[in-house]
Amino acid sequence: MLAEIGYGIIVVAFIVALYSVGAAIYGERTKSPAVVESARRAMLLLWPLISLAAGTLIYLLITNHFEVSFVYEVTSREMPTYLKITAWWGGQAGSLVFWSWLMSAFASLVTLRKWERDREFLPWVIVVTALTTAFFLGLVVFYENPFARYWQTAGGQIVTSMFAPAATATVYFPSDGNGLNPLLRHPGMIIHPPMLYLGFVSFVIPYAFAIAALITGRTDDRWIRITRRWTLIAWLFLSFGLVLGSRWAYDVLGWGGFWGWDPVEIAALMPWLTGTAFLHSVMIQEKRGLLKQWNMILIILTYSLVIFGTFLTRTGVLSSVHAFAQSSIGPVFFVFIGFTFITSIALLIYRWPDLRGETEMKSLLSREALFLLNNLLFMSVLVICFWGVVFPIISQIFTGQTVTVGPPFYDRATAPLFAALMFLMGIAPLSTWKRSTVGTIGRVLWKSALAALVITVILFFTYTHNIIALVGFYLIALVLLVTLYEFWRAAWARSKATKENVVAALWNLFGRDRRRYGGYVIHISMMLMAIGILGINAFQIQTQGTLALNNSLTLGNYSIKYESIAQFTAADNRQVTRAVVNVYDKNGNYLGQLYPRIDYYPDAQQNMTIPGERPTLQDDLYVLLVDWQPASANGATFKIFVNPLVNWLWIGSLIFFVGIIIAAWPDRDPEYASARSRARHAEQPSAAD
Amino acid sequence: MGRMKFIIGGVLILAAVVYLIVSSTQASAEYFMTIDELKAQGQSAIGKSLRISGAVVGDTIQYDPQTLTLTFDVADVPGDNNVIDAQGGLAAVLHAAVIDPNRSRIEITYTGPKPDLLKNEAQAIMTGQLGADGVFHADELLLKCPTKYQNAVPNQTGG
Repeated sequence: MLAEIGYGIIVVAFIVALYSVGAAIYGERTKSPAVVESARRAMLLLWPLISLAAGTLIYLLITNHFEVSFVYEVTSREMPTYLKITAWWGGQAGSLVFWSWLMSAFASLVTLRKWERDREFLPWVIVVTALTTAFFLGLVVFYENPFARYWQTAGGQIVTSMFAPAATATVYFPSDGNGLNPLLRHPGMIIHPPMLYLGFVSFVIPYAFAIAALITGRTDDRWIRITRRWTLIAWLFLSFGLVLGSRWAYDVLGWGGFWGWDPVEIAALMPWLTGTAFLHSVMIQEKRGLLKQWNMILIILTYSLVIFGTFLTRTGVLSSVHAFAQSSIGPVFFVFIGFTFITSIALLIYRWPDLRGETEMKSLLSREALFLLNNLLFMSVLVICFWGVVFPIISQIFTGQTVTVGPPFYDRATAPLFAALMFLMGIAPLSTWKRSTVGTIGRVLWKSALAALVITVILFFTYTHNIIALVGFYLIALVLLVTLYEFWRAAWARSKATKENVVAALWNLFGRDRRRYGGYVIHISMMLMAIGILGINAFQIQTQGTLALNNSLTLGNYSIKYESIAQFTAADNRQVTRAVVNVYDKNGNYLGQLYPRIDYYPDAQQNMTIPGERPTLQDDLYVLLVDWQPASANGATFKIFVNPLVNWLWIGSLIFFVGIIIAAWPDRDPEYASARSRARHAEQPSAAD
Repeated sequence: MGRMKFIIGGVLILAAVVYLIVSSTQASAEYFMTIDELKAQGQSAIGKSLRISGAVVGDTIQYDPQTLTLTFDVADVPGDNNVIDAQGGLAAVLHAAVIDPNRSRIEITYTGPKPDLLKNEAQAIMTGQLGADGVFHADELLLKCPTKYQNAVPNQTGG
C-alpha cells in the first residue's frame, strides 16, 4: 500500500512539474501574470510533494519492507537505522528521488526571492528548474522506480514490477535484504554524495538565470549578480564533495592514495573545472563588460556536465567503456543532455550579437587577460579529462580496437597546466585592470619570487633533489608569498590611512572587499592542498612484510612492531579482525599505537580493509593489515605507506571552507552599514577612555 | 595589432594542449581487450600495455601472504554490452563464463594486498602485460561484484 502511495505521489509531482513548465511558458507568451503565478505555485508544490514521497521511501527503508526491490538491494536487517536512512541515496533509483528533492528545494528557494525588477526572468527560471526536476522525476516514473516490488507469479517466478504483473501474482517478501555495499557504509560516503549533489543542483540555478537572460534579451550582467552567491555555494558543495570523496577513498579503499582518475571522479571534476573558470570570468564581465559570450558558454557547459556527471556517478560505471551503457537510463540521459545543450547553444547564437564585449582587451598582462588565460587553462584541463573519458570510444570507432588511457595520461597531460595555473595565481593578483606591463608586475613580484627561490634552494639541500617537486614547491611558495604580501600591503596601507593597528586593519580589510580577500584565502588553501598532493605523489614510499608477534618492520623514519591481534563481532554484526601495532621513530622512541583491521560483513559477504593512520604535519603513516594466519595467530602481513605532507590536503580543504564563507558572506544592507559605522565613530572617544 | 597578440597567444596554448594530449596518449595508451581477443593476438600481444576484463574463477584464487603474490584465473566474457544484455545481464554472463569449462581462461598474477572484492564471479579489469609464459602480469586490478548493483532477484529460500 505504502509503495503505491509513494509511487503515486511521484507521478503527481511529475505531472505538476510538467504543468509548471507549460504554464510558465504559456503565461509568459500571453503576458498573463496570473498564469505565471499559477506556474510559480505549482513549482512551490513540488518540494512538499517530493518530500512526502521521500518520507514514504525512508519509512519503507527503516521498516525492512524487503518486498520493495530497492529496499532489498540497499538495506538489510543488520544495518543501523541511520544507515538505512542514508541508503536512500545508496542506490540509483533512490538517488534520483534525492536529486529531484534537492532540485525542487533549491528551485523553491529561488522562486521565493523578491523578484521586483527581475520579474521578467521568473517564468524562464521556473521553466528551466521545473523541466530539470521533471526530467529526474520522469526517470523515476518510467525507468528507475524505487517503489517497485517483487511479485511471485503462478508459475513460481519472481519478477520486479510496480503493479501486479498478473491477476494471480502475489507480493513476494524476502526475509532479509542484500545490505548496502560495505564500501558505502562510511561517514565520508554518507555525506559525500549529498555534497556532490548539492553542488550539482545549485549550478542549475545560475544556468536557469542565464537561459532566462538569453530568452528575455536582458543580457547585461544582472543574471550574474543575482546568481553570484548561488555559484559560490554550488562551487563550495562541489569542492567539498570532491574532497570528501578523496578522503573516503583514502580511508576505505586501502591503496594508500586518494585520487585515481577514475571516470566517476573525472565526472565530478569536470563541472568543477568549468565552474571554477566561470567563477573567475564573471568578474571580468562585472568589472569590464567583457567575455559575456564566454560566460554563457561556461554556464551552459557546466549544466551539461552536471547532468552528465550525475549520469556517470549514478549508473555504476567502472573504469571500463564496456560498462558505459549498462543502465537502461543511459540513452535517455544523452537525449536530455543533447536537447538542453542544443537548445541553449541555439539561444546563445541567437543573442550572440547582443553579447559583444563593451570594450576590447588591449594588454596581454592586464588582469582581464590573465583571467582569460586562467579560463583557457581550466578549459584545457577539461579537454584533457574529456578526451581521456571518450578516447576509448573514439579509438573503437576509428580503429576497431578499444584503447584506454590510465592515470599516467592524466598526470602527464595536466601537470604542466596545473603548474601554469599556479603561476597565474601568483601574478594575477598583482596585475591591474586594463593595463599592466612586465615592469609594473615585476616591481611587486620580485621580492616574493626571490624569497620563493631561497625557500626552494633550502628545500634542495634539506628535503629533496626531485626537480619536478622543487618546481612545484617553488610555485607554491611563490603564490603563498605573493598572497600574504598582498594582505600585508593592503593592511599596512589601511592602517596608515585609518590609524588602526595592523591586525584590526587586516580584519576590516575582509569586511571591505570580501570577495577579493575571500578569494585570496581560497588561493592560500589551494596551495596548502597542492603541498599535500605534491607530497604524496612525489615522495610516497611503501613496504610490506609478514611479521611474527613482537617483530618489527621499518619504513622511512618509522618502524612498526606487531603486538597482538584479536577477533570480535561488532554491534552491527561486522566480524572484526584487529591488529595492534606499536609505532616507533627511527631512534626507537615510542610514538603510539595503530589498529589496522579487516571488517567482514556477513550480509554482503565482503571484507573491508581499514588502515591504521598516524597523521602528522610531516607525513601520514598508513598501515594496512593484509592477511593473518588464523591457526597460530602469530603471523600477520602488513603493508605500510608513508605519505609525506598529505595532511596538508585536508588542512587546506578546511581553510578553503573559511575562504568561501568569507567570499559568500552576505553584504550588509548599505544603509544599515553606514548607520552602524556612524554609531561606532560616535562611540570611539568613550572606548578610548 | 592588439588582436594579433591574443590570437597568437591562443594558438600557442592550443598547440601546447594538443601536444600534451597527443604525447600523453601515446605514452600511456592501453589496449582494451577481452580474453578471446587476447588469445587471438598470440605472441604479438606480449609486452604491450593491455587492459583486459574477465570473470574471476573462484576455485583458482591463491594468495601467498608472505610475498603478497596473488594468482587466479579469469574466464572470457563478451565485451559488447548488447551481447551482455542479450544474454541476461552482466551477473548472468559472469556466472555462465565461470561454470563453462570450455571458455578460454587466462592466469593472472598480481602483487599486493588481496582486494576485498576478489571473489567468485566478480568482474575483474586488469591493467598490465602478458608475459612470455602466457601469464598476465597485472599492475592494477579493479573488481566489481555486479550482484550488488544489479537487480538481482532474491533467492527464493526467503519467507
